[in-house]
Amino acid sequence: MSTTRPGTVYFFGTCLVDLFYPQAGMAGMELLRREGVRVVFPQGQSCCGQPAYNSGYREEALKVARAQLRLFTEDWPVVVPSGSCAGMMKTHWPDLFKGEPEEAHAVAVAGRTVELTQFLVNVLNVALEDKGEPVRVTWHASCHAQREMGVVDEPKALLRQLANVELVELKREKECCGFGGTFAVRHPEISAAMVEDKVADIEGTGARAVVSGDCGCLMNITGALQAGGKPVQGKHIAEFLLERTHGTR
Amino acid sequence: MAHADVNFAEASRAALKDPQLRANFRRAMDGLMSKRAVQFADPQEWHAMRALGASVRLRALSRLPELLETLEENCTRNGITVHWASATEEANAIVLAIMQRVDARLAVKGKSMVTEEMHLNAFLEKQGIECIEADLGEYIVQLDQEMPSHIIMPAIHKNTKQIAHLFREKIKDAEYTEDVAQLTDLARRVLRRKFMNADVGISGVNAAVAETGTLCLVENEGNGRMVTTVPPVHIAVMGLEKVVETLEDVPPVLSLLTRSATAQPITTYVNMITSPRKPGEKDGPREIHLVILDNGRSKIYADEELRHTLRCIRCGACMNHCPVYTRVGGHAYQAPYPGPIGKILVPQMEGLGTRGEMPHACTLCNACVEICPVGIPIAELMNRLRAEAVHPDGTVKDAGAQASTVEALVWKGWAAAFASPTAYRMATMVLSTVGNAAPASLPLLKEWTSVRVKPRFAGRTLHDLAREKGIPDA
Repeated sequence: MSTTRPGTVYFFGTCLVDLFYPQAGMAGMELLRREGVRVVFPQGQSCCGQPAYNSGYREEALKVARAQLRLFTEDWPVVVPSGSCAGMMKTHWPDLFKGEPEEAHAVAVAGRTVELTQFLVNVLNVALEDKGEPVRVTWHASCHAQREMGVVDEPKALLRQLANVELVELKREKECCGFGGTFAVRHPEISAAMVEDKVADIEGTGARAVVSGDCGCLMNITGALQAGGKPVQGKHIAEFLLERTHGTR
Repeated sequence: MAHADVNFAEASRAALKDPQLRANFRRAMDGLMSKRAVQFADPQEWHAMRALGASVRLRALSRLPELLETLEENCTRNGITVHWASATEEANAIVLAIMQRVDARLAVKGKSMVTEEMHLNAFLEKQGIECIEADLGEYIVQLDQEMPSHIIMPAIHKNTKQIAHLFREKIKDAEYTEDVAQLTDLARRVLRRKFMNADVGISGVNAAVAETGTLCLVENEGNGRMVTTVPPVHIAVMGLEKVVETLEDVPPVLSLLTRSATAQPITTYVNMITSPRKPGEKDGPREIHLVILDNGRSKIYADEELRHTLRCIRCGACMNHCPVYTRVGGHAYQAPYPGPIGKILVPQMEGLGTRGEMPHACTLCNACVEICPVGIPIAELMNRLRAEAVHPDGTVKDAGAQASTVEALVWKGWAAAFASPTAYRMATMVLSTVGNAAPASLPLLKEWTSVRVKPRFAGRTLHDLAREKGIPDA
């Protein structure tokens, strides 16, 4: 990844953020804008194509991915507030577009795709000033952020910049929460066993909030936390960082 | 061998309800993962070793037909008789013919997953030949008339207490003990007698060296050494992908295998078998036979992408790191190869008709990809098989077996809506307005809400908020 500070970036919000967590998307853009980066949000965007791709419907995934690719005409970085969707674009778009007329463009965009916390830490080198009350939180690392985007230390480094935030790591930080897209509804019992273990791990930290960079995991984990009547909150890291540095809303 | 009654969903549900089983697997997998991590503590060394291992396997696969011919030539020169079997039935028949020629009644067998593919024990039993497992774990599952639940540790689903009960019940004159050394001794007592009386020894092969005609076999109990040296006839069985080019290729493969499998830099026994007993030698079998089994491997080999499945060196580390395997255990897969490698290998061998669900029993978390010692792109192959399952024009056996008109229409509709900004805006407007009124009893939502609350549409989308805030569109 280039570490030169770009003037403008594309923001690819992802469909889950769009429909369920728009505040996380807004927070992500605000974190970039306040560092002096011009953020472009192409209104034509929808989804990276991952749901169809992982269900075996590659043609349909390609059709949707193509509609996104068309939006990225400038050679600006594409910042994504999700390790999973970023991973789809970075590691799977080149395969998906293989042999297609847009292959070279897809490979170029894949090369410019960056997960949000990676961009904040490695490119913008952000310094955060915590304005919130003391709180204990834990971090949930998404599988695709870790293993497709190589995002491991960046989000935790950001959380550790916050003076009043105590970060207690999960015992099994690297373990999947059981979301897996359609897996959660295709093998609901296994998924349930996995998310129940994740919830127990989170509870064990004594954290008030679980912070994550992926809304798929968050939907799964917070859904289970709420169903179990647990007082732990789930937050996207962009929203959490913005709240802490603006003062608690 | 295809099983019409395979039902992963049902078997996994039953497994999830067994707290003892879940605890056994969790504890065992935790131990295996942490021990393996110590073996590969230096990331640079790990990456270098993995690259070397992958290159050995890829080089062998790139010349597979030629290397197999060289292997046959050199084995034959060494006095090892080579047999080719395209299907498991054929392999079983070859083994039986050898046994019948020497009038064998008793065989002892070292751990071999290929013979599990063949269901060799059951086959021989029907022919009136006793085939006893000599690996302790395999011996345990055989006593309990089970299948192995892990390719390296076949009895990993059982704890000491369960084994203690089993031994007391099944071994003549055995007293109840939970002492591991005493339990091992009980098994040893039975097995020693079998080793001495066996007419045939059967083993697997971890790597077969083409240039020298050498069969390599790693093990920790000495049972592999006994099986391949004590009985007068040794039959080795291997999948055709197990060949490597040179003797120099063996150390990196075995080192990756043993570190990944049992966190050992090397096993207690490393057997390198190059010929039967020669005149003047004091031990070793009179005859050695090598049965090379295809069972769908040539078809896998023919597809350049799927071919990577055949890189596998059967270390089992993917199982140890799989969050799904850890929850449901090996038996839920009802297949010789469970876990991640099973989910890509078994559907290709047996077909997507009975095994189409296996590639879906995966969150694509990539934990297996991260630790695979030969770098198999397991998640990508899983994805490919999902595509094969819904498209009849695929190359895998029973391609299109899961094709559903309704599902295809849903994805077509999804693609149409998500590829057009106008349609997407309308669709999200509708969902945001009425989506939250959807009853939790709807299909998919019903599964989701079994342990989670319904996700709530935010009402106003990120598109709306960005527009209002005046964030530029281009």
